[in-house]
Amino acid sequence: MLPELGQFALILALLLAGMQAFFGIAGPLLGRDRWIAAVTPAVAGQSVMVALAVGCLIASFVSNDFSVSYVAGNSNSALPLFYRVAALWGAHEGSLLLWILLLAAWTVAVAIGSARLPPRFAARVLGVLGVVSFGFLLFTLATSNPFARLDPPMPDGRDLNPILQDPALAIHPPILYTGYVGFAVAFAFACAAMLEGRLDATWARWTRPWTTAAWAFLTCGIALGSFWAYYELGWGGFWFWDPVENASFMPWLVGTALVHSLAVTEKRGLFKSWTLLLAILTFSLSMLGTFLVRSGVLVSVHSFAADPARGIFILAFLVIMIGGALTLYAWRAPLLKSSAGFELGARESFLLFNNVLLITAATTVFAGTMAPLISDALKLGTVSVGPPYFNPTFLLSMLPLAALLSVGIHSNWKRGRLKDSQRMLLITLLAAAVLACALVYGIYQHGLVLTPVGALLGIWIILSSFVEPLSRWRRGLRVPRGMLGMTIAHSGLGVLVIALTTVQSFTLEHDVALAPGATTTVGSYLFRFDGVQAIEGPNYDGIGATVTVTRGGAPVAVFKPQKRQYWVQHQLTSETAIRMDHGNNIFVALGEDLGAGRWSLRVQIRPLVSFIWLAALIMAIGGAVAASDRRYRNSKVTEAAVPGAAAGSAA
Amino acid sequence: MTPRQRRLGLVIGIVVGVSIAGALALSAFRNNVTFFFDPSQVVAGQVPAGERFRLGGMVTKGSVQRAPGSLELHFVVTDFAHDVPVSYSGVLPDLFREGAGVVAQGRLRSDGTFVADEVLAKHDEKYMPPAVAKSLKRRHGEARSEPGS
Repeated sequence: MLPELGQFALILALLLAGMQAFFGIAGPLLGRDRWIAAVTPAVAGQSVMVALAVGCLIASFVSNDFSVSYVAGNSNSALPLFYRVAALWGAHEGSLLLWILLLAAWTVAVAIGSARLPPRFAARVLGVLGVVSFGFLLFTLATSNPFARLDPPMPDGRDLNPILQDPALAIHPPILYTGYVGFAVAFAFACAAMLEGRLDATWARWTRPWTTAAWAFLTCGIALGSFWAYYELGWGGFWFWDPVENASFMPWLVGTALVHSLAVTEKRGLFKSWTLLLAILTFSLSMLGTFLVRSGVLVSVHSFAADPARGIFILAFLVIMIGGALTLYAWRAPLLKSSAGFELGARESFLLFNNVLLITAATTVFAGTMAPLISDALKLGTVSVGPPYFNPTFLLSMLPLAALLSVGIHSNWKRGRLKDSQRMLLITLLAAAVLACALVYGIYQHGLVLTPVGALLGIWIILSSFVEPLSRWRRGLRVPRGMLGMTIAHSGLGVLVIALTTVQSFTLEHDVALAPGATTTVGSYLFRFDGVQAIEGPNYDGIGATVTVTRGGAPVAVFKPQKRQYWVQHQLTSETAIRMDHGNNIFVALGEDLGAGRWSLRVQIRPLVSFIWLAALIMAIGGAVAASDRRYRNSKVTEAAVPGAAAGSAA
Repeated sequence: MTPRQRRLGLVIGIVVGVSIAGALALSAFRNNVTFFFDPSQVVAGQVPAGERFRLGGMVTKGSVQRAPGSLELHFVVTDFAHDVPVSYSGVLPDLFREGAGVVAQGRLRSDGTFVADEVLAKHDEKYMPPAVAKSLKRRHGEARSEPGS
């Protein structure tokens, strides 16, 4: 009965989302207050129904109901309970349901948080979110019903893909999707502003915390995915420029641009239509990313052919949403003129460069991701685009971005004179240069051409970002949460730049063949292979190796990498062993039996690689701190609170 | 400079910057795109000499050979019309199996052996590299239709 109840709940949710969309958009348009008042109940009803549907599917997973096709395809009675719940988003149908659930959660949060907003505007925001919900619910019900029954039911399920049976991957999709979906809120605010034909600093103040929060989640989600790829895939890289990774990275790049452009719109009333465009673009890329990954267009062109209905629906929905928003933009954006000006060298211009560079980076990633598809479609041959393309082109826009960030932090709004902060600029640069030399030539004693540059930029960013809050603190002034969050996020970026530099410069990788008792030396570490033994888990068996690592005779750790064979899908997976030692990330993966008593092992040492994920976490924390600024919550603001608007019109 | 001129300068600067970035990206494209070939194309000599490319197909059953205890490995990639011998040294991905699809990246040696420096397998068992699937379908169709025609 539960699956039918779940399906029924989904249909009700679809109807309620339709009501939410209709009343939310038509109510303010026709000035019907009673329609506007009906939006919030529709939101409540829709979210309850979606939650009920998700609950039903989870119950089917937990109770091993293999008459449900989706459960049978992605679970198994031997699967541990934790993964039976996580299997909910193990494949296409459930992932869509998770998307819808998170969208409902964000919508409820907006409905609660918008109690102080003008009712007409709030209704419009919720109405646009209703359109998005409606589209996704319709897509689920029409093409990807997770509650479809099997007749006869399967005796046991086909199991969750073994590679997904991992704690990091189990929580990776919800966090990533929370980020993706969160940009729907910024999108809805943008559409509402365009429908209203009015956009001021107050609007930016309402939009900023939602955007920053979504950005923080997306940052975390991408980092988790990268971390998982590092230790689960057994390849030892942290980023592969894989289409699936790029699909999540593009909205992040554009979302980062949006976060910064919103700052200018709030503080100075500038970049208005640009901000709107970014909000539309970010969410469009989020949707595109979800669909590209989930429909398998990018990974395998054949998914479209396999289910043409799904592909056509996706395409139609994307065209309606993005096309609709862009049409609205073309019609309304000219109304939203920015009045104030600014000088070259003012903070606005640095944020403009920030946006240009981030969009350039996003464009190059987009081009590289889509090129194989386009080349294939135009019959130019089957190509693949990998790190040799992505690394240099990405670096090309990121190096100036990092340099301009350190300078831009010292700049003031509106005025282009950097003279006032010249001293701090030089002091931080000098200090960064000394520290970078100490790091590169003191600790590592060699390096590539770009190694000192990367180290310098990373350290400079960290030092520069602390200048303003420290000076405020010394003068006894309060450091607002927004500034604190910015400082944390920027220093996270600095840590990221340093970590990326050292990893790219000093990584050691070796594939070795060892017999039990034999040793190999990588860097300053000695690896001794102690042999293999059989292992057995709840739903797999396999072999585990023991590798003892020492450094200069002193023991470091005993590594136990495994090779697992999962019973149901007969798939072989690697469980790598990873340890930190003196900032070095030591990675050992077990290969195969080479015969003659020898085994292949993959041994890698990556200095500071863990700091990449730590940096992402720091950035996300910065975003969370900034989003929690009290300024955004008690915002009883009028037009007069925009410093730039008054000054600009006077000029 | 008036604000208008300054803004014009800014816009020109951005346009120039973006164009340079675009030009560099294009050249990066031209030099760093890896083409995919199937065994029939390789045997037919369609691969430009010395170029790094991707070879995709099925690992021929029973073709995987390795000297005991060595990392060096030999196998044959086929599209059921033609075969290409491949040599590789290193740890293989988990999903590498005889009779399964594979994509290898590397260069062709003058004796016709493909020397791979990277062997790829995706993290999904059901996944078949689209290029491999398509090439197999095409070659399979040819192989079947040839005797009849």
